[in-house]
Amino acid sequence: MRETDQIFMKIQLKEADMKRTITVVALVLLALTLVIPSSVFAAEKAKFAIVFKNTGNPYGEKQLEGFKVGIEEQGFEAILRSPDLPTAEAQIQIIEQLIAQKVASICIVGNDYDALTPVLKKASAQGIKVFSLDSSVNPQARLTHVNQADSEKIGQTLIKAAYDMSGGKGEIAILSATSQASNQNIWIDFMKKELAKPEYKDLKLVKIAYGDDLRDKSVSETEGLLRSYPNLKVIIAPTTVGIAAAGKVLTDKGLKGKVFLTGLGLPSEMAEYINNGVCPYMFLWNPIDVGYLGSYVGTALVSGKITGKVGDKFSAGRLGNYTITKAPDGGTEVLLGPPFKFDKSNIEDWKKVY
Amino acid sequence: MEKTSIDINKPRGLHQYQWEIFLIVLFLAVNVVNSFLSPYYLTLDTFVSTPMNFLDKAFLVLPMTMIIILGNIDVSVGSIVALSSVLMAVSYNAGLPMPLAMVLALVVGTTCGFINGFLQIKFKELSATIITLSTMTVFRGIAYVILEDRSAGKFPSWFSFLAWGYIGKIPFILIVFALTAIVFAVLLHRTRFGRMVYAVGSNRTACEYSGIRTDRIILGVSMLAGLMAGFTALFLTSRMGSTRPNVALNYELDAIAMTVLGGISTNGGKGRITGPLISIFLIGFLNYGLGLRNVSAQVLLIILGFLLILSVLVQNFTDRPASISPKKLSAPTHRSDAGDGSDIHENSAQGG
Amino acid sequence: MQLQVKMNADGSSGGGGNGRPQSSEHQSSSLFSSLVKRLTRNSEAFRELGLLIFIVLLAAIFQIRNPKFLSVANIKDLLANTAILSILAVGMMMVIITRGIDLSIGSTMALSGMVTSLTVSANPDISPFLSLAQGMAIGLAAGLVIGVLVAYFKILPIIATLGLMNILRGLTYLISKGKWVSAYQMSAGFKNLSTGTTFGINNLILFVIGIYILYTYFINQTRTGRYIYAVGSSPETAELIGIKRKRIILLVYALMGLLAGLAGVLWVSKFASAQGDTAVGYEMNVIAATVLGGVSVAGGRGKVSGILLGSILFGILANALPLINISPFWQQFIQGLVILAAIISNVLLQRRNDRLTLKKRVI
Repeated sequence: MRETDQIFMKIQLKEADMKRTITVVALVLLALTLVIPSSVFAAEKAKFAIVFKNTGNPYGEKQLEGFKVGIEEQGFEAILRSPDLPTAEAQIQIIEQLIAQKVASICIVGNDYDALTPVLKKASAQGIKVFSLDSSVNPQARLTHVNQADSEKIGQTLIKAAYDMSGGKGEIAILSATSQASNQNIWIDFMKKELAKPEYKDLKLVKIAYGDDLRDKSVSETEGLLRSYPNLKVIIAPTTVGIAAAGKVLTDKGLKGKVFLTGLGLPSEMAEYINNGVCPYMFLWNPIDVGYLGSYVGTALVSGKITGKVGDKFSAGRLGNYTITKAPDGGTEVLLGPPFKFDKSNIEDWKKVY
Repeated sequence: MEKTSIDINKPRGLHQYQWEIFLIVLFLAVNVVNSFLSPYYLTLDTFVSTPMNFLDKAFLVLPMTMIIILGNIDVSVGSIVALSSVLMAVSYNAGLPMPLAMVLALVVGTTCGFINGFLQIKFKELSATIITLSTMTVFRGIAYVILEDRSAGKFPSWFSFLAWGYIGKIPFILIVFALTAIVFAVLLHRTRFGRMVYAVGSNRTACEYSGIRTDRIILGVSMLAGLMAGFTALFLTSRMGSTRPNVALNYELDAIAMTVLGGISTNGGKGRITGPLISIFLIGFLNYGLGLRNVSAQVLLIILGFLLILSVLVQNFTDRPASISPKKLSAPTHRSDAGDGSDIHENSAQGG
Repeated sequence: MQLQVKMNADGSSGGGGNGRPQSSEHQSSSLFSSLVKRLTRNSEAFRELGLLIFIVLLAAIFQIRNPKFLSVANIKDLLANTAILSILAVGMMMVIITRGIDLSIGSTMALSGMVTSLTVSANPDISPFLSLAQGMAIGLAAGLVIGVLVAYFKILPIIATLGLMNILRGLTYLISKGKWVSAYQMSAGFKNLSTGTTFGINNLILFVIGIYILYTYFINQTRTGRYIYAVGSSPETAELIGIKRKRIILLVYALMGLLAGLAGVLWVSKFASAQGDTAVGYEMNVIAATVLGGVSVAGGRGKVSGILLGSILFGILANALPLINISPFWQQFIQGLVILAAIISNVLLQRRNDRLTLKKRVI
């Protein structure tokens, strides 16, 4: 026989073999699929889920941590999820998976105010208690919202800090992130409102720059600010990446004492710049506490203790008692407390915490 | 009439579907593993409604199959989705009636596809890779210029039917996708256009010298890709009820992964649409199953990366004997010229 | 008459100053058009000149909009910010010359930066040079993997690097356990890598100078360097004349990885912070700068001076946009247009060049 025919016959034999093996394997697998006993799985505790904005964010990690501690000390199971991209689609996928797992409650830190509404409504329709935390979602999609601190207070506190640092008058600028999540713009609006008050008449807001929460962009924007406004006295950066970037720039350029920095920052990131004086003091709140508070909101909603209405009261473990209040966007919220001030006296203690 | 060596060595019958069978086995395996991993997996609802999660990007896989068979690649599809979606939302909010806005999304998508195709045929020195890399940035850039940081939405309530609605027990998106897939399958495997796609992918120069209008093929496929991106935009936006410039990030990566895993070789000129169709569900259910176990995003990233590379690796190893050096075939003593021409007009696509 | 095709030191053909005037054609009347023809006869030089003019123009425009633009301090800022980009452009140039692409460098930088920062945070006494070496080793490993996949397993560069991009980024998140490494955890020596000065010049700029000197010598004067051009220009021919194509491609990606690893360390040192999402999307900036500088994506062409100019132009754009109040949301669009314009003009100039070369072959 010709070579090719020989080869071909060998291939045919192998083919037959292969076909047989594959059919057998496929049938076995099919059979398995149909016969799985669901008693393979033990009875499980009620599950409470939290979904953050994205991975690799230490602030988010701390929130998740606090949430986990709170849930577990109440005797339930916590599920912590974060998408790899800070997008709404990724969160939708996660929420679908949580719905399938029949979790008792979903705590969402929203990547988008509106885009999650359909899927969150689907969750609610199946009996899951949905509430937001840190970055809120549309009130139609949530029972309530856990807010770190009163947005108006944040605005007021930051402007007062700028006032004190500048000596009462001068040019100030704001270095923001992107206004993707609801908080940045709300805070900036309150800051502007505060600046309109008569006692701040000598303080002038010259620019709002956007660093997109990108390290290199925040650096360029800060340098741009310093370039364009040589008389700048204070930079307010209500974003953890922005304030750290600005701190580095001011340090590298030796502008300590000439330009001051304040805002909202992570103690770990800002330790260096608080200690060297570039940033006399700054604010934040404890994300661990935020998550912890969230865990108690979740359990209170599931147990029926609260329904998310204004005036509902509940107890949040080591944090004490809380009452639900009206939120500026028409829904309701729970406030953690006033912003916490970090300065030279306490930064060493806090820098290792988060 | 003597058979040519091509006819003799061509895999026959079920052997042709080697790769697809492999995928189906893999798919079953994934399902088994998932069922063991999570008690929530094995419900009818899972199999019916989970696809709603990933079918929006599945529309991109259909034209991507053609593109890769052509020997090209397109990394701008995600950005086209974003731009179409943003323009639809903005125009609706500016007063355009919703049905027209939806048509606009499709028009925008097709136009972007046209631009891609146009650049490719006018600047043949440039690879599709770099052209679509640039247009990827431009298209999404335009979306950012229009919508900046904001989101746009407030669509009429019926709009959410696209992504969330059912007809009877079957999700609407599944029906649309099935119909579209059939259209593409027919287009690719039963029309002259499809045949020419394979031809151009196999050997573009030969086609040009044979009088085949390669430019039109490339343009057509690019516009199809844009049109499908418009479809994706419709369903994705409907799922979220609003849109931003940063939607559909990495969709191109997913589409390419599904296509390549489906047995379409990046060398071009071969592949069947059945493979990618299976791998859409394979990857979709794999993601879902892993998500049910709350596997972290980092691990998922790594898995997807490996999957992509692995599938191309396996592709390259299981390539047709015909693509190995001619030495392995016997002496061509019985090559019949033209003959009944069946070997040319026959679908020269072989499975992986 | 003999066929004359002159090969320039940069691998481009087409003479600059090959002064034999063509007889019948180009009987230009005016001096001006003959001057233009002289200049454009070598499209490479034309392109370089064009870039330079464009830079000067841009600088002038920006200076008018904001007089602080050309201040010494701002230029220092600009150079420091562009330094990392220009280092990466060196690697990307070699990759693109061989008709490849590398989308994974952002993730490589992140991984290298994160690992070295974690090491320094745990061992503050470690020499910063050791950190550099560590970063380069990580980058080299990544580059080798890509090189093997592309050269020996025939995987398309875009797919291999897309896959690695995800894998390396995932690894970065896993290794960092979602945390960042902050300034106070980094030793002063480590931070000084990028922000310190030696002999009065910023360290970053010294790095750039060193690397560019080494690279110019390598790509123009060594055989391996020239082989890179050959492989990109015509891979099959290169094989035929005995160049080990696969090794060259492996080398090219390995070098890109090495430089990305180095850039990663410099990056986290410069910003005194290592995040999981460091440099996401940065590869597009690098590709833009490289392509702007005249490196042809069709392969086989590119000059060192080109990528230097391209990086500077890109750096100017990035630096000036905040200064002249262009909305940051235009940036991506502008960047995309710039890349598109650059690659298209590359092609057009190249076609012109080929036509002119053809005409020069007096038969």
